[in-house]
Amino acid sequence: MPKRTDIHKIMVIGSGPIIIGQAAEFDYSGTQACLALREEGYEVVLVNSNPATIMTDNEIADKVYIEPLTVGSLSRIIRQEYPDAILPTLGGQTGLNMAIALHKSGLLDELGIELLGTKLDAIDQAEDRERFKELMQKLGEPVPPSRTVHDVEDAVDFANEIGYPVIVRPAFTMGGTGGGMCANEAELRAITANGLDLSPATECLIEKSIAGFKEIEYEVMRDSADNAMVVCSMENFDPVGIHTGDSIVFSPTQTLSDREYQMLRNCSLKLIRALGIEGGCNVQLALDPNSYQYYVIEVNPRVSRSSALASKATGYPIAKLAAKIAVGLTLDEIKNPVTKKTFAEFEPALDYVVAKIPRWPFDKFVKADRHLGTQMKATGEVMALGRNAEEALQKAVNSLEIDEKDLYCTDLADKSKAEVDDKLAQAQDDRLFYIAEAFRRGYSLEDVHELTKINFYFLDIVKHIVEMEDEIKAHPKDVETLRTAKYYGYADMTIAKLWQVSEEEVRQFRKGAGLLPVYKMVDTCAAEFASSTPYFYSTYGQENESHKSGKKSVIVLGSGPIRIGQGVEFDYATVHSVKALQRMGYEAIVINSNPETVSTDFSISDKLYFEPLTLEKVLDVIDVEQPIGVIVQFGGQTAINLAEGLEEHGVKILGTTVDDINRAEDRELFDEIIKELHLRQPIGKTAMNHDEVIKYADELGYPVLVRPSYVLGGRAMEIVYNEKELEDYLKDNPPATNGHPILVDTYLEGLEGEVDAICDGQHVLMPGIMQHIERAGVHSGDSMAVYPPQHFTEEVKQQIVDVTEKLAVALKCVGIMNVQFIVRGGEVYIIEVNPRASRTVPFLSKVTGIEMAQVATRCIMGESLPEQGYTQVLQPESKAIHVKAPVFSFTKLANVDSLLGPEMKSTGEVMGSDHTFSKALYKAFEGTGIHLPNNGSVLLTIENKDKEAILPLAERFSKIGYRLFATAGTSQFLQEHGLHVVTVAKIGEKDSEELPILDAIKQGDVDVTINTMGHDLSSNSDGFIIRETAIMHNVPVLTSLDTVDALLTSLENRSFATEAL
Amino acid sequence: MKRYLVLEDGTVFAGTAFGANVEKFGEVVFTTGMTGYQEAITDQSYAKQILVFTNPLIGNYGVNVDDNESIDPQCNGVVCQEVARVASNWRMRDTLGHFLEEKGIPGISGVDTRKLTKILREEGSMKGCLVDSDNKEEALKRISEHDYSGFLAPVVSTTKPYPNPGPKRNVVLIDYGVKHSILRELSARGCNTIVLPYTAKAEDVLRHHPDGVMLSNGPGDPSTMTEAAKMVAEVEKQVPVFGICMGHQILALANGAKTFKMKFGHRGFNHPVRELATGRIMFTSQNHGYAIDPQSIDPAKIEVTHEEINDGVIEGIQLKQYPAFSVQFHPDAAPGPLDAVDLFDKFMKLIDEGKESKQNA
Repeated sequence: MPKRTDIHKIMVIGSGPIIIGQAAEFDYSGTQACLALREEGYEVVLVNSNPATIMTDNEIADKVYIEPLTVGSLSRIIRQEYPDAILPTLGGQTGLNMAIALHKSGLLDELGIELLGTKLDAIDQAEDRERFKELMQKLGEPVPPSRTVHDVEDAVDFANEIGYPVIVRPAFTMGGTGGGMCANEAELRAITANGLDLSPATECLIEKSIAGFKEIEYEVMRDSADNAMVVCSMENFDPVGIHTGDSIVFSPTQTLSDREYQMLRNCSLKLIRALGIEGGCNVQLALDPNSYQYYVIEVNPRVSRSSALASKATGYPIAKLAAKIAVGLTLDEIKNPVTKKTFAEFEPALDYVVAKIPRWPFDKFVKADRHLGTQMKATGEVMALGRNAEEALQKAVNSLEIDEKDLYCTDLADKSKAEVDDKLAQAQDDRLFYIAEAFRRGYSLEDVHELTKINFYFLDIVKHIVEMEDEIKAHPKDVETLRTAKYYGYADMTIAKLWQVSEEEVRQFRKGAGLLPVYKMVDTCAAEFASSTPYFYSTYGQENESHKSGKKSVIVLGSGPIRIGQGVEFDYATVHSVKALQRMGYEAIVINSNPETVSTDFSISDKLYFEPLTLEKVLDVIDVEQPIGVIVQFGGQTAINLAEGLEEHGVKILGTTVDDINRAEDRELFDEIIKELHLRQPIGKTAMNHDEVIKYADELGYPVLVRPSYVLGGRAMEIVYNEKELEDYLKDNPPATNGHPILVDTYLEGLEGEVDAICDGQHVLMPGIMQHIERAGVHSGDSMAVYPPQHFTEEVKQQIVDVTEKLAVALKCVGIMNVQFIVRGGEVYIIEVNPRASRTVPFLSKVTGIEMAQVATRCIMGESLPEQGYTQVLQPESKAIHVKAPVFSFTKLANVDSLLGPEMKSTGEVMGSDHTFSKALYKAFEGTGIHLPNNGSVLLTIENKDKEAILPLAERFSKIGYRLFATAGTSQFLQEHGLHVVTVAKIGEKDSEELPILDAIKQGDVDVTINTMGHDLSSNSDGFIIRETAIMHNVPVLTSLDTVDALLTSLENRSFATEAL
Repeated sequence: MKRYLVLEDGTVFAGTAFGANVEKFGEVVFTTGMTGYQEAITDQSYAKQILVFTNPLIGNYGVNVDDNESIDPQCNGVVCQEVARVASNWRMRDTLGHFLEEKGIPGISGVDTRKLTKILREEGSMKGCLVDSDNKEEALKRISEHDYSGFLAPVVSTTKPYPNPGPKRNVVLIDYGVKHSILRELSARGCNTIVLPYTAKAEDVLRHHPDGVMLSNGPGDPSTMTEAAKMVAEVEKQVPVFGICMGHQILALANGAKTFKMKFGHRGFNHPVRELATGRIMFTSQNHGYAIDPQSIDPAKIEVTHEEINDGVIEGIQLKQYPAFSVQFHPDAAPGPLDAVDLFDKFMKLIDEGKESKQNA
């Protein structure tokens, strides 16, 4: 069927800020969809609140609105734009939910706007548990029996009906805590009672346990002509029980015979047809490892994280085709964009094995509950391709960028057997490493299977890798052993450890023996048809398919998996650098390991190498490509960390040199520059050992800011107020681990700000200055920020310009850098300089209209700023005001404190723009989901030291008609100052007549909680419990009084002044 | 143990031996299916061929007793990148390596099968051998001396008729190398099937008073099947006929069309086929190196019903004058998708209509 000509303007709804479970994959799918629609000649209007995305770039859609994803704001845009249709299935659950809400509001009917792609009814049928069950019954497809219960007896009755074991899943608890498997009635009673208590809705789902079943996923597509096909099949290494987003996944399915495969394929196609989905859809199935019995677990009637993975795993661009299907095209008339010869109606055939491993945030959230279950906890993922399963798995592990660089991790050797067994049986993020350790200790496949229920085939992949460790150890510098090790994916780094030589020695020996990787193409068709996809992975085979072109090329290093502190912003910068290079006529080559992002869409760069971002793999690509150089400034700390090693191997690092990068990052060297330039910075010391830390802290005077050097996202950074706290800190963070000392700084309180500056070595460009809303002490990534700054005088701004210009030139920055500073008493103090693109680059690029990563890339390639038309350092400020606000994923993780501090905790961001600061603030809060009524109530739970500071804020709340709730101390203090306050009882306060504080939150008596109680960081503190309770009950929690001030500013603007004459 | 795959163009792949310890010769062909190695290896249509799996990792779920497509597979070799060390599946009764050993089929792993596939794609299917010595000249000499007869029905067909009893329709199936999946589909539909050797003449077939005649798949060059074509030309006038793969080609030959050898054939199961009458597209299981030459079709006799959407190869025909149809692909799948399995129902319908009209006559 040809594409529709009755519609012209299509609105695409994005997925909003990045949170756990809804991440960069929707930037990828949304970007693809918008481009596909424009390719077909439609006018595209895009709405998304997330500025840190490629999708919200001007060139992706005809019109881009970065506005909160709320019915109110979308309705305003719709009434302004009058789109003919809306495409909601590419913006994750957020996009779908918005479409449903808009439909319910009646607006779509009123204006005659059509929803493209899958019909709302089908979406509802797939998502509504009861309707879905009915449909499955009608189709004769089995679903695991389940029932929602509100009391224990009901749970027991149901379990008696379906038989044990059953799983209890409490509704809406943090990170899915409180649930569990029950083998008998006693366990069921205990777990359900606890689950009901924990659940804010007093609700649990009781489900027949199918734990231990194989978890299989199919990515299927269907068009309006009822053509349906499977794009990709995936099999989880971890059996049913762990969220697929938290599971290690292989593709294609590994342990299914053709009969089983076809049985589940038939089921998937039957479902997509029954639901009438037009586009992509994800079907999750559970298969009994001992029979043909299977269950349908879930259907996602939209593109998803799995579809992004499937697209990268197969090369088949699902989102792009889903968009084309939505406008009426059918699969048999669209050309396969990979082969360009065959049609899109083609089930890809893989001739490699794909492994995906999730990337969890537990390196940041060390106290979080690391157990894996039905609530996804990973922030990102890595993917690797190989010609055997061992190779794919090892490459994926190498890509993770966690402390464990490979499966050979010796530090598990001292764990007790009980610990190892527990880690195997109760899956946590590090289970894979414990499986390896178990085999190292001589556990049999049966032993490990017994504990993990993981299929023997999968377990043997790990066992094989471990067995080879001894083999490698026993044969140092043996070519045949090395050949085998490389064939099965052993990294040089791991072999080096086993041979007890340096990685460089292994590399030289390997190259000397002629053992070089080859690069294979990802072509969707297992080489059956000629293809010219510029998408490659390395392996140790015979034929290399990737050859250097005649063009001058530049390699841009990506930023690897998404994690807290290094998010989608870096992918944004990578993609822009690629664009600039292409516009300058260079061949742009990307190396990255993240399947979720735009940068790993092979149509973005001239060539994509899907590889771990390790020195070995990057050098190997360089050997083949012989680029004129490598750009490391846009791939976050991942890429920066590779710079030195690359340079040692004679690779040209383009832009700021490694020496100068080092001068910015090394404390001592940087201090020298500050001194030379006569700039100010908080006094700081570098301590090499425990005693020095204590001594320097004493000298500087508390509070001090302590952190290890070379960190990203403020990892392990804390403000400590006394020696005891410092001792506690040092216990967790012993100095000089990994050779990095501890930095001790005076903690300066003041207005914080930052700039991203571009420099060509001589001239500097500052598109704008950002002011943080929160004062120093909250990590910049967790702060709200406003552009243009609202509280900096012209004189301060000039100081910032001067300081930044001096620093950029002195650091010989060529490219981009980020400077963070504190303004105190009219003076600018430098806190830190990052010699690379920062997370604010997309925000600042969007609000200033200067594509910063592109301008910086041109500088890196030798085009001066004046040549690019930039002669003024600080660009004129915009009239509109833009506020960036962080978004958190606390509901997904248990035992993570939401109290903001120097360590970054947010996973994403939104932007609010308007003509006044207060309106922009309001939109930013709306974007983050903080929506407050005109007359509400606020719970004030603050530390003693904040009492004075809270008074004016409490007065302002009171003035706009908010009721104040507080515990006795605060309440009395505020009442003394003439405010009306409802007193609530403290936690654990027995025999009080007052309403217990947690009940006030649970019952919905308060609309917002302000909580600054946190210096006793133990997770038992009352503050922690209050915050967690509020988050669980969807009551916004603000932990910085500066945020409260901003919130009040936005609320006051909505409110009428009511003053007596 | 080392083993070598030598191609007639002189390309040598060194690898590790598995399966039977014998040297074999054959046409080297590749299949792109990602599951179903057991069905493929036991598919008699691969008789005398050396089968390359583009899926890099096989043997993962072992070999079971249900999924064999023949009793004595005649495939002459298996080439892959990697064989799983540990196989695991609840139905598994044997490992792939041991199964091949028992069946006398040599295997080689550690081959860059992507490189090999590209050679076969560019140069076309080639003769080759699996040998234990890297003496290329010797291997090439033996390759050139080897007999690659395209007349393979005698190798794979039953020599004696046998029944596959059922309560319903009487079907005579001619065995040109029949896959068990065809028998399974007929059984599932209650057919009372009698299987005849490839040598069956029209009178041998009609003697059993069939309600329908099924022409099976099979290996080799269809142009060698002149006797079978003669038989079909007679039988099609009397009873409904359904042909699959080789059976499809024989039906075409019986009606004046010709076949040609494709460059590297269709082997795998992601080939989309369009049913021309409805526009419906199905993914089909395919294994054919020959196809019907469109130029040779007499439109008065044959109507093309199916084609592959990418290269337009004829995938299905029906006769204008008689209730007879055939498809180049395998609606019986095994391995592969069952998207077109309803063609067996179509055959049953033709049979029932034929019976009815006979009763009414």
